[in-house]
Amino acid sequence: MTQQTAPPVVEMTGISVEFPPVKALDGVDLHLRPGEIHALMGENGAGKSTLIKALTGIYSPTAGTILVDGVERRFTGPADARAHGISTVYQEVNLCENLTVAENIMLGAEPRLLGGLNWRAMRRQAAVHLEHMGLDIDPASSLGSHSLAVQQLVAICRATVGDCKVLILDEPTSSLDTDEVEHLFTVMRALRDDGVAILFVSHFLDQIYEVSDRMTVLRNGGLVGEFVTADLPAAELVQHMIGRSMEVLEAAEEVVEHAERPAGATPLLQVVGLGRKGSVQPFDLDLYEGEVVGLAGLLGSGRTELARLLTGADRADVGQARVAGKPTRLRTPRVAMGHGIAYTSEDRKGEGVVDGLTVRENIVLALQAERGWMRPLPRKQVDELVAKYIQQLGIRPANPEALLRNLSGGNQQKVLLARWLATAPRLLVLDEPTRGIDVGAKAEIQKLVADLAADGMSVVFISAELEEVLRISHRITVMRDRRKVAEIDGGGATMDQVVDLIAGGGTK
Amino acid sequence: MTTSAPARTPRKLGGVKIPTRLDRRYLPVVGTFVVLALMLIVGGSRYENFLTPAVVSNLFINNAHLIVLAVGMTFVILTGGIDLSVGSVLALSTVITAALLQAGWPPAVVIPVAVAAGTVIGLAHGVMIHYFQVQPFVATLAGMFFARGLCFLIAPESIAIDNASFAELATWVQIFGEWRMTSSVLIALIVLGLGFVVLHLTRFGRTVYAIGGGEQSALLMGLPVARTKVLAYVVSGTCAGLGGLLFAMAQRSGYSLTGVGMELDAIAAVVIGGTLLTGGTGFVLGSVLGVLVLGLIQTIITFEGTLSSWWTRIVIGVLLLIFVLLQRALTLRRT
Repeated sequence: MTQQTAPPVVEMTGISVEFPPVKALDGVDLHLRPGEIHALMGENGAGKSTLIKALTGIYSPTAGTILVDGVERRFTGPADARAHGISTVYQEVNLCENLTVAENIMLGAEPRLLGGLNWRAMRRQAAVHLEHMGLDIDPASSLGSHSLAVQQLVAICRATVGDCKVLILDEPTSSLDTDEVEHLFTVMRALRDDGVAILFVSHFLDQIYEVSDRMTVLRNGGLVGEFVTADLPAAELVQHMIGRSMEVLEAAEEVVEHAERPAGATPLLQVVGLGRKGSVQPFDLDLYEGEVVGLAGLLGSGRTELARLLTGADRADVGQARVAGKPTRLRTPRVAMGHGIAYTSEDRKGEGVVDGLTVRENIVLALQAERGWMRPLPRKQVDELVAKYIQQLGIRPANPEALLRNLSGGNQQKVLLARWLATAPRLLVLDEPTRGIDVGAKAEIQKLVADLAADGMSVVFISAELEEVLRISHRITVMRDRRKVAEIDGGGATMDQVVDLIAGGGTK
Repeated sequence: MTTSAPARTPRKLGGVKIPTRLDRRYLPVVGTFVVLALMLIVGGSRYENFLTPAVVSNLFINNAHLIVLAVGMTFVILTGGIDLSVGSVLALSTVITAALLQAGWPPAVVIPVAVAAGTVIGLAHGVMIHYFQVQPFVATLAGMFFARGLCFLIAPESIAIDNASFAELATWVQIFGEWRMTSSVLIALIVLGLGFVVLHLTRFGRTVYAIGGGEQSALLMGLPVARTKVLAYVVSGTCAGLGGLLFAMAQRSGYSLTGVGMELDAIAAVVIGGTLLTGGTGFVLGSVLGVLVLGLIQTIITFEGTLSSWWTRIVIGVLLLIFVLLQRALTLRRT
């Protein structure tokens, strides 16, 4: 927190970005001062990446001004931004593993000799930059021979070559372990002390509180506010990120009825100490028939990772699983399906629907896979099944031959649900089933989940919207920093309680 | 993690570092070199007159055109692409050379035209692959059929070359004791030297490697990806044109059916020389060692006398498989 009063090096005012008809950013301000680490906070879809892209010229804002050192600028792209001292390091290391460290740092600004490369000078200059970062590696070694953390630091090193006034770090820590994060922070602090303005994006609240001086919070493309980190308690930050005042939420009616589970019932799926290195810390979880278990937590807290372990999409390194009391190993989605466990991914387009196929084909896909391709479903049965689900779930248009890509997000989600319902699963794991769909469809899907549970199905429900999780869950499992931190009864839980649990670690 | 305590204190930067251990990047090339050396030793101990300057000179003379093709192919494969057209383009170049000389054109005009034919086809490949996003395999397959068809259009029959000054160029030879170096070997060595310098000492060369390592990354690093990718195919096409010229000098004729399958020999040489087909790793010197290994197999089987010459193919197949498995093991260990 060195130069609180210094004039901002970047001043973005009233920035709006539109992708008609969507307004991705609406009148957002961002002020970066030299010598500060500024966190950019917000849930998924809040507009963090859009703001960064508007600054570096990948998107052009429809309104607002960008001042860099007091001069109005609109960059034409990352290269142009870099020429004016604004460099970006992305989550994935965008360097070439097969080249040497020196080349990765210097290519583009390499020293030349008689029209060719001057290797000796290149290595020497790279060594100076590396030393500045506290990195003791041989510039002549190939980048691929180093750990991901070192590669990430080399990427930052490349960004600081030349005149770097602003460094944008977009989730640089997501694949690093604690020691590596510590080293990165040391480097960030050193750069800050040299007067560089650092814009830092991370989903880990602990890290934000450890390293940042100030923060700007975004929600749904709008600006919530600019805060001094030390003055903002973590619980308040989470509320800012998630939005909605407490009163409104607590008034929301509960959809599910909280019936008592019969004592001594065997869990449908019981896992003990299930975990995967670099993905989720070992956790215990019991899932009963007729129950909706909600997973709450911020993005990157391990919600999806947990779901993937339950459904065999990722293989667990440790822990045991029992289905209806019998030990089993959920090695692949196919094995899980055999036990009646179905999973709809949060990545609807990439891992869910096949958008070049019709509604009918998408619905019968899983059922057919279960039967095996040698025994095709009779066409008549298929038509009946498809008609039933189109009617039951209210899929629009109600045309089995419509191509999936022509359906709205909500209807695609319903088709995906129908696909798994057709296999009559005993446990349904829904990862963000309501993301990006309109309010009406959202309510329908919530109602459907409640009905399914009432009919005796076990459901795991993941959503970024706490309100939704609170509303339809019998029990809520709270995740933080890739760890299960609490399990609470859904009936009596309040928003406050859950927010406190989610923020728990952030108030150091 | 190999990071030291982050410190601002200047640390003494040592002078020149002497690598204590062989860098893994050089392992495949060293492997090829060892195989080559073993073949020479085994051949030398089994047959008389095997390890003689004459045999080694002939190895280069007989494979000069393949060295040139392999150098060009290395550029393309390093970017992660492939060029299937080089055999056909080589044939086209021989036919153009022979036909134009027969028509009475002077060699000083014919030679650049023949080489430029390869350049133009390479440029067309590069444009198709980069700007129209055609798979390299498909684009150069089309080029392969096109060039072969063009050969027959120009001359269905073999044309003998009897131009005096061209013959003079072809038979130029420098003799050092028992060693002989023909004009074609000299040209091949110059191409090899140029290839080495371009790949290792220019930004274009390093961009070729960067594209092979990750095209998206190279783009985000601000390197000229489009230009470099197209140029790699231009280099390969030009080398094929030049290879055709060397082949015409050796055969003293141009024929539409020469070089059928030669693109596969060039690819085999590059792979045996340690270049990964996925791009990004490999050396042009390795490719030349690969050519020499292929040539030496041929020589050994000739010396053996009793074996059918088709054994060459079997040995090449086995060697290729071994080398690819070896590379696979190396890359697997890395990840």
